[in-house]
Amino acid sequence: MSTALPVEFSDIQGLVRFGYKHHTEASFLLLRVRDRDAARRWLGAVPVSTAEAIEPPPDTALQVAFSSEGLRALGVADAIVDAFAADFVAGMGNNANRARRLGDVGTNEPSRWQWGGAGREPHVLLLLYALPGCLAEFRRRVGAECEGGFDVMADLATSDLDGIEPFGFTDGLSQPLLDWERRRAARDAERNDYSNLSCLGEYLLGYPNEYGGYTDRPLLDPALAGTRLPRAEDAPDRSDLGRNGSYLVLRQLRQDVHGFWQFVDRQAGGDAGRRERIASAMVGRERDGVPLVGPADETIEGGGVPGDLNAFTYRSDRDGLRCPLGAHIRRSNPRNADLPPGAPGIVSWAKRTLGFDADALAHDLVASTRFHRLLRRGREYGTGVSLTQALAEASGSGDTGLHFICLGANIARQFEFVQNAWAMAVRFDGLPGESDPLLGTREPAADGTLTDGFSMPRADGAAERLAGLPQFVTVLGGAYFFLPGIRALRFLATTR
Amino acid sequence: MVVAPVAAGQEPALRALLHSMNAEPGMADPRNGVVAFAQFDRLHFARLALLDDALQADLRVHGVEPKRLATCLAFIGDCDGPADEVLADLAQRAGPGLARIFAHCEGFAGGADLLAWMRAHDRSTAASFVNWVGRSVRQIREESALQRALAARVPRRPVAAPGEAERLRRELGAWVAAEVGAGRLTLTPAAPTPFGWQLAKLANLVAVPLVGIVALPLLVIAAPLFAVLLRTREARDPELCPRPPSADLDALLELEDRDITNQYTAIGAVKPGLFRRWLLTVLLVLTNFACRQIFTRGYLARVQTIHFAHWLFLDDKSRVLFVSNYDGSHQGYMDDFINKVGWGLNLLFSNGVGWPRTRWLIFGGSRIEQSFKYYQRRHQVPTQVWYKAYPGLALVEMKRNQRIRRGLEQAAMSDDQALAWLRLL
Repeated sequence: MSTALPVEFSDIQGLVRFGYKHHTEASFLLLRVRDRDAARRWLGAVPVSTAEAIEPPPDTALQVAFSSEGLRALGVADAIVDAFAADFVAGMGNNANRARRLGDVGTNEPSRWQWGGAGREPHVLLLLYALPGCLAEFRRRVGAECEGGFDVMADLATSDLDGIEPFGFTDGLSQPLLDWERRRAARDAERNDYSNLSCLGEYLLGYPNEYGGYTDRPLLDPALAGTRLPRAEDAPDRSDLGRNGSYLVLRQLRQDVHGFWQFVDRQAGGDAGRRERIASAMVGRERDGVPLVGPADETIEGGGVPGDLNAFTYRSDRDGLRCPLGAHIRRSNPRNADLPPGAPGIVSWAKRTLGFDADALAHDLVASTRFHRLLRRGREYGTGVSLTQALAEASGSGDTGLHFICLGANIARQFEFVQNAWAMAVRFDGLPGESDPLLGTREPAADGTLTDGFSMPRADGAAERLAGLPQFVTVLGGAYFFLPGIRALRFLATTR
Repeated sequence: MVVAPVAAGQEPALRALLHSMNAEPGMADPRNGVVAFAQFDRLHFARLALLDDALQADLRVHGVEPKRLATCLAFIGDCDGPADEVLADLAQRAGPGLARIFAHCEGFAGGADLLAWMRAHDRSTAASFVNWVGRSVRQIREESALQRALAARVPRRPVAAPGEAERLRRELGAWVAAEVGAGRLTLTPAAPTPFGWQLAKLANLVAVPLVGIVALPLLVIAAPLFAVLLRTREARDPELCPRPPSADLDALLELEDRDITNQYTAIGAVKPGLFRRWLLTVLLVLTNFACRQIFTRGYLARVQTIHFAHWLFLDDKSRVLFVSNYDGSHQGYMDDFINKVGWGLNLLFSNGVGWPRTRWLIFGGSRIEQSFKYYQRRHQVPTQVWYKAYPGLALVEMKRNQRIRRGLEQAAMSDDQALAWLRLL
């Protein structure tokens, strides 16, 4: 039984707990501060939806997040801003090393982004969610209210594609389950099964994470914050500006639906069955979401019931014969535990821990998943393209893709790690010459090695290998934000 | 491994010279005009790094007033064969360039005998890890070419008939033999391990356990005292893990992720007192023993992404230098460390000033994620010049390429074995 304090839903922005799925209309506004005082006045009072459950759902919901540039523009002291995580302080689009790690090179280069590159960082992100038919009025009202303090840099429209991402696959199936009841003890212990239940501190600042520790965030002198901020659990003599807040990663990803299906169709020689097979191999699921790894019949902590589209691991398919090792969903969430599986008993445990179990070692290239989970909150944009259209038309007229959003308490260990060490990695799980089949940039490695392949291992011969994959996804913009708790939001709007 | 203090006032000029060796920040131009690393085909990695004494100030948390130490230049290489031979080869073929570099160091007068000077400043490591003992630069390059050729050649269709997999393997074998005959591929047989090395390894294998057995009664008697001494220190030793300044972090990041492999150079003071000094000495002897006798085949416990790693005592064992070459990004390397061998890091590095609090030498410490991550970044120093002999190649494929070659050279295989071999391609 945990003795941890209960979670104050009223101090947490709703997006951490809800995906706002009833609110099928949404719009993301990127703002720049024009008049600091007016901006602060508005932010100090604007109604923001919390994580408290309300039935029936309200017509609209507003969420507010800040970039580090934005905090400075609002007049928050440098000492406070600089106490946030280094990645958040630096920002996504103005560091060459970060660009190399995230695959923001070639056509993805931040200098080519529509927003978020150096000198074009948004200050404030407003996320507007509305029930069907309610967005236009809400958008107009919010726009009018914040006009005095801000310039609108971009208005990212979204569209409701009914849970299907633009390439045509069911999306958003895999999500971690947050330990809202704080049942899991806050301590550092090895976990030998994949669990979908995840410590609150992996997503919310101010709570213990999977290591049983607290992520760094600004802890202030209570004399400065008064009673306006909660105290830090791990340092009760300090006020916790991070508590109940999260980091939010936003990336605008344009998807070349025509390019994707036409490439797959060419590889399949026009054969419809083979086309589906190749496309699902690249994703790791059938278009309706059924995982390729096979009938899901595992019981996973926090992972729903057997038969659920998310109740599976790759333990029974270690060589990627059913779901290729490099499939998009396998790269994004390898579903493994802290130690490769093996026989029970301390001898087997010791052998695996010391690296003396060759078989375990051969399947130990990918790190423990539980430290690298993403809470995804993205929305599609643009007009859906049907498979028939994608194959028939030379190229699309419109722009379609995903406004990728994920929440996490540690940008470096979660989003950046998944993007760098798993998705974009050209040696993921030992695969040669390929990166994520959907997200890859196909930029050759430093030594000229091609990275545009995709292999589909098989039991009865050398892996089937596609070559010459074009780039299907292009980054058009991106930034890191801090999604504060409600009290922290009001504090930020008033502090100097 | 040559380590020498930089002469007073020479550091800016030395930095400029080192910088001129690079094609991009931190990455040596393999054919640069100072030391053209590429002409030394027994050299896997090389680095030149300046080691300052900035963190000596940390000793004050132990109430010790630090001595000022001169900034040192470290020249570190990982090579095939005896290091001394490679040093002589370097002196012979890159003498003028090396002399230009070392002219910035104390005690290197113009006209000095370069080789004798380098030997005089050559330090032996306290412990070293080599990913795959005996795998040479030449072998790595040849096997990579072999893998590329075979991967392009292998038929990528299901193998149906019995015996077909083995027939395919033999056909590919014959084709490779023809390519070798035509001079398009080279597969040099592995050089035998020199007799002297085998003897030294055997001596190490016998000596370390022997000393252990002899000392065992003493160790048993001393164990309770050791436990008390250790635990009092672990409870009392101050942690010092402040967040490194962002400018320092940027200077390190600028050099990273330009190849699949990255470098890591870190330095720190050993906790004062004989207890930590002796403990660390013994643990490094044991680490070296394990790396030499046990972890010689592609893994250091669970970590399979380290090419080479070295621990070196400096300044009368008051400081330790740690250098490594690893695959992947820094964040991944550190997460691998914490999650896979956090206990091993604690064992050694908890003897360093400021390490996050450990329990019983292996628990806690590096698992205190935030403190550990700040600590290791804060102790890292930029590697001004870094060379890798096989850009783009990762350990995981070197290992696979070895298996491909071994399989190719095997006389006969069962169908299952041949199929498994085909799937490597």
